[in-house]
Amino acid sequence: MTPVQPGSEPDIVDLIRKEGAVDYEVGLESLNQWQLAWRRFRKHRLALVGLGILIFFIAVAIVGPVFMPFEFDVIPSPDKIVYQGRPPSLQHPFGETGGLQRDVLLLVINGARTSLFIGFSSMFIGVVVGTVVGSVAGYFGGLVDNVLMRIVDVMLSLPLLFVILVASRFFGNGNVVLIIIIFGLFSWMTISRLTRSLFLSIRELEFVQAARAVGLSDRRIIFRHILPNAMSPIIVSASLLIAANIIAEAFVSFLGFGVNPIYPTWGNILSNALTFIPLGNWWWPAFPGLAIIFTVLAVNFIGDGLRDALDPRSKE
Amino acid sequence: MSASMAAPGLLADRPANDILLDVRDLRTYFHVMDGTVRAVDGVSFSIRRGQTLGIVGESGCGKSVTALSIMRLLDIPPAEIASGEIIFEGRNLLKLSEDEMREVRGNDIAMIFQEPMTSLNPVFTIGDQIAEAVMLHQGLSRKEAWNKAIESLKAVGINNPERRVKQYPHEMSGGMRQRVMIAMALSCDPKLLIADEPTTALDVTIQAQILELIRMVQDETGAALMLITHDLGVVAETVHDIAVMYAGRIVEQGSVDEVLLSPKHPYTEGLIRSIPSRGMRGQRLNVIKGTVPNPFNMPEGCNFAPRCPYAFEPCWTLDPQIEEADPPDVACWLYTPAPGFLAPKRGAQRVAGELASGIRS
Repeated sequence: MTPVQPGSEPDIVDLIRKEGAVDYEVGLESLNQWQLAWRRFRKHRLALVGLGILIFFIAVAIVGPVFMPFEFDVIPSPDKIVYQGRPPSLQHPFGETGGLQRDVLLLVINGARTSLFIGFSSMFIGVVVGTVVGSVAGYFGGLVDNVLMRIVDVMLSLPLLFVILVASRFFGNGNVVLIIIIFGLFSWMTISRLTRSLFLSIRELEFVQAARAVGLSDRRIIFRHILPNAMSPIIVSASLLIAANIIAEAFVSFLGFGVNPIYPTWGNILSNALTFIPLGNWWWPAFPGLAIIFTVLAVNFIGDGLRDALDPRSKE
Repeated sequence: MSASMAAPGLLADRPANDILLDVRDLRTYFHVMDGTVRAVDGVSFSIRRGQTLGIVGESGCGKSVTALSIMRLLDIPPAEIASGEIIFEGRNLLKLSEDEMREVRGNDIAMIFQEPMTSLNPVFTIGDQIAEAVMLHQGLSRKEAWNKAIESLKAVGINNPERRVKQYPHEMSGGMRQRVMIAMALSCDPKLLIADEPTTALDVTIQAQILELIRMVQDETGAALMLITHDLGVVAETVHDIAVMYAGRIVEQGSVDEVLLSPKHPYTEGLIRSIPSRGMRGQRLNVIKGTVPNPFNMPEGCNFAPRCPYAFEPCWTLDPQIEEADPPDVACWLYTPAPGFLAPKRGAQRVAGELASGIRS
């Protein structure tokens, strides 16, 4: 407040009109929610490391195949094929596979593209479906809520891995896009439950009623007013969903129900390596395996950091 | 007030045209597990253009539910508007479709809520939030709406509005946020402003400023105001007419001077007497004995009878209705002779000066 001149009788209307009495300069710059969150995220060292690793992998996945394209039909002539692979050397730092003698580095780089693509895209589908279902159920409540949540219950009671295997076998055909859709459609349930519970509490807050009093439509209130306030936990679980999907892809491909081997993924590289492990070709499964571990760790660290950074109660 | 003949559709009729909002026999019930709560049980009142009506009463007497019923913001179920009409400019709001109602909300009738700390969305700048309403109702472009937001912030006395519009709610104090809420409510030039305890959550010093501000902008825009409060001091300063609610009913209504200076209903009298005044140093504070009746188990006769110092025989069996009151505007058997009973001469009118001093302090 600006100090009132001594001796003058401040009339209350005057005070209001003069404006200065009820206002003061705020010297700090306005930071929005995301800027504040980034500030807190930066303090989380492991999360920063995770972010670095993930960005590196994404960059490799995008740029790598340009320099080291994977050509499925480029096969050495049959007389050149050796049974044993070759261990890492200067020329092939990740070694070479047995059989078709492919460069493991090249496989891992091309696998990164497919594996990360599957992880992120199926997460995206899962989050979109889960958020919409959860929002509608939580906002409208009643019968709508009941029906949607019973569907979620049914989905969650299925032995998912088995269902994904069967679905991949019948509909997937090794097609990347179909695999993504299958993964997405079987991973939205936890997100929808989370979103629903967030909506149930946020919709009771006064600003939602204020938004309704202004005459906004339900759609606008759901997506513009409630959802942004529910975003933080959803983002955290979405980040963890990426890790889960990458692992699931590896698992399904490893069992041979996943992506067609003409698109290398970390999972099907492992699968192909299986028969060569007894021959001591450790480099073949080791590098794609490490790639999976590092990615999943990185994503989990990021999720951890996001959890701290986006929690409105943690203020520094 | 109850004698107004505001027939819907007869807009040429002058007295009808003068009435902006006419609520008739509104009954809002909540169906909950333990039974039905009659939160609003037959409320009628009207507000003329540019006029101010204060609704006072204890917590839980149905003030806010009345307001939310007018805005149709209650969740149905558990709420149910069992009967009644809410005529706004000749249209019954209860008969409008949800889409038509959205046009009314914010545009024709705006509302200010009690809690300025939580009534703004924390993730958007206040400019975004004001501009959103303006864009929706007035079809302005983003740029124009943004300018309008700056303009309305200026109108509610916020310094440096060009800078404030870009700020988030958490960067503002409670009083400032309530100003923003008022700016938002006024940004679409509503004809009726409903303020639901606008000053309850604020400091006493800020309360006076906000009330002054509401009165000021109301003068400037010519909007009618429905002010809901439990603070008689607020009402005395701000409104023309007053309606006193008790347990879902209006028990007394009239002009502020009439009601506050010579209250008729024992409940109104009790409310006024319980305001501490300067002349009472050393005395015990007056209170209204007892508590609000259990909503699942209302008394058979007058709802106020168990707490009423003047209650006599008819009060325990007969329910006084304000619509049938004679003299009008007070639902009490002390004034309207109960069928089969004689109305006693009460002679309990307080000295006007004593009461007035109680209100002013």
